[in-house]
Amino acid sequence: MQIEPRANVSVIRAAFAPVSAVLVTMAICSILIVWAGAPVLEAWASMVKGAVGSRFALTETLTRSIPLMFTGLAIAVAFKSKFYNIGAEGQLYCGALAVTYFGTGMITLPPMLMVPFLMLVGAVAGGLILIVPVLLKTHLKVDEVVTTLLLNFVILLFVSFLIEGPWKDPMAMGWPQAASIIDEGVIPAMLAKGRLHYGFVFAVIAAILVWAFMRFTVWGYEIKAVGLNASAAAFSGISINTTIIRTAMISGGLAGLAGVSEVAGLKGYLTLDLSPGFGYTGIAVAMLAQLHPLAIIPAALFLSGIYVGSDSMSRAVNIPTYIADVIVGMSVLAILVSVMLSKYKIKWGK
Amino acid sequence: MMDLLEIILSTGFWAATIRIVSPLIFGTLGELICERAGVLNLGIEGIMTIGAMAGWMWVYQGGDLWGGVIFAATVGGIFGFLHAIFTVHLGLSQHVTGIGITLFGSSLSYFVYRMLLPSATTPPKIVPFQTYKIPYLSDLPVVGEAVFSQTPLTYLALLCVPLVWYMLQRTPIGLAVRMAGENPVAVEAQGINVLAVRTGAVVVGSALMAIGGAFITMSAFDAFFFGMINGRGWICVALVIFASWRPGKAFLGAMLFAGLEAFQVRAQQITGASIIPYQFYLMLPYILSIVAMVFMARKAKYPHALLVPFRRGERV
Repeated sequence: MQIEPRANVSVIRAAFAPVSAVLVTMAICSILIVWAGAPVLEAWASMVKGAVGSRFALTETLTRSIPLMFTGLAIAVAFKSKFYNIGAEGQLYCGALAVTYFGTGMITLPPMLMVPFLMLVGAVAGGLILIVPVLLKTHLKVDEVVTTLLLNFVILLFVSFLIEGPWKDPMAMGWPQAASIIDEGVIPAMLAKGRLHYGFVFAVIAAILVWAFMRFTVWGYEIKAVGLNASAAAFSGISINTTIIRTAMISGGLAGLAGVSEVAGLKGYLTLDLSPGFGYTGIAVAMLAQLHPLAIIPAALFLSGIYVGSDSMSRAVNIPTYIADVIVGMSVLAILVSVMLSKYKIKWGK
Repeated sequence: MMDLLEIILSTGFWAATIRIVSPLIFGTLGELICERAGVLNLGIEGIMTIGAMAGWMWVYQGGDLWGGVIFAATVGGIFGFLHAIFTVHLGLSQHVTGIGITLFGSSLSYFVYRMLLPSATTPPKIVPFQTYKIPYLSDLPVVGEAVFSQTPLTYLALLCVPLVWYMLQRTPIGLAVRMAGENPVAVEAQGINVLAVRTGAVVVGSALMAIGGAFITMSAFDAFFFGMINGRGWICVALVIFASWRPGKAFLGAMLFAGLEAFQVRAQQITGASIIPYQFYLMLPYILSIVAMVFMARKAKYPHALLVPFRRGERV
């Protein structure tokens, strides 16, 4: 077996990669559905219906895509510079912690200022927690994958400590949750009915801003250069360490915004089940988007639809909802292969 | 203070340490074998989950315990093979592949568990491995109860340490594995297939990881819970770095780790939860892993070809 790079990769071939990855994933998951003894077509139809089949379903899918866009962007920026930040889950909770700290009555500003202020502190908190892993990487060469992963567990336990202890809302009838965000700090709803809030608009704007940042600014260029060839970048005068630290701050900040949107936009208060793994699903979002900031939007919408749709699939044909997580995990693997096949060709035999 | 000293002197503490160290030994040795061959296997967390589920399910469906261990190892090996196809044969990113295997492996475990046991609210139980007192040796003071009165899977874990050391350091296969991780071009020049060596190492390593997972559901506990691996796989990855990729040091590192874990459980009972909230005790293993990595990272002698895919005929 021989692997050779293709001379030129057409746009169509590049765009086809995520599509084929999704098709392969769905084909393999169909085997699981058959094994579960459910009719395949009916199962997928119920998933589509549950994701986009009604006004309610559609708003739910849009709502669920908000944190996925933020974490997907966080991962995409980091992976672009080959800084493997797997800690978006923890950074999300750091953002949520900051929002809870500042947004539950400590500071009161008019809504036009309060929401941006909360987004700012959430982003700063998400970035700050990444300081430890990134400095360990740049100065002591400690692998960031393991440190960011391990920090996720630490942060989650810290959140658990706060909402069961000092931050526990006495009005919550014994449930471990923090106090509610004050009215001025709540991200307003977009529609009269449903849970969709303006966080969706913010997420789309964030995607556009990140795209413009990566495309048109020197810092964005440096991030890409360090990711493509670190030694060449260093040779041309780019400071690798500075670039990686900067990348980490942006990445952590974006993940922190996911926590802001979930607390201030959706739930209204901090709980331990704020995120069912948005930080990890963000990896799949970023990979499906091939790390392109604008492609994060459709990728997040797609995976959000899978999650929302899997609930009704589970009800309709009695398949465990974990099928959504299986699809997410498998799509990460499938996209790796399909992107590679779009760039290389495999020659069999000697 | 005397109370804390008493903990360390008690046999129960050492018995618990040996019990806690067993899955860590399997996981750490498994990861070590993969990395020695030049492949970072971040699928470990998912592969341990699969092992925990597969082994348990085998027994729950009526199989015997050792059959469950073999089944878990086989399934783990298959996922290792998948990892190897991606990272060794296709040369794809080892980071992303590993995370993908973990996401896919854990979600598939939960899916299969829920599918086979749709309405289980309280986790059903199996009869796990029982302690087997090794004749004569278990009569020794302290070590008799701490080391020689454990379950057979623990003995297997303890046996694996010298076995893996011997295989890696003293056999031609081990030499090929180590060279594949240091200088694959030289291995190829010797007429040995680097891709085959690496694939084998990842499959065997992943099988060990899966047994580590199976230990948790078949020896430490008797049921399968969601999220029960709880970062143990990541801790093993950190331990490999802490051990500078050496099986003996990996064992010592895992022992230190398990000892602290056993210690904190007992210290928590003495000092009482009122002073320090329990969450901070639970944080310790993760923080310690990070600290351990920081201490060792600078002088770590990592395999030179770690993370570098090998393509025949390509200059490095």
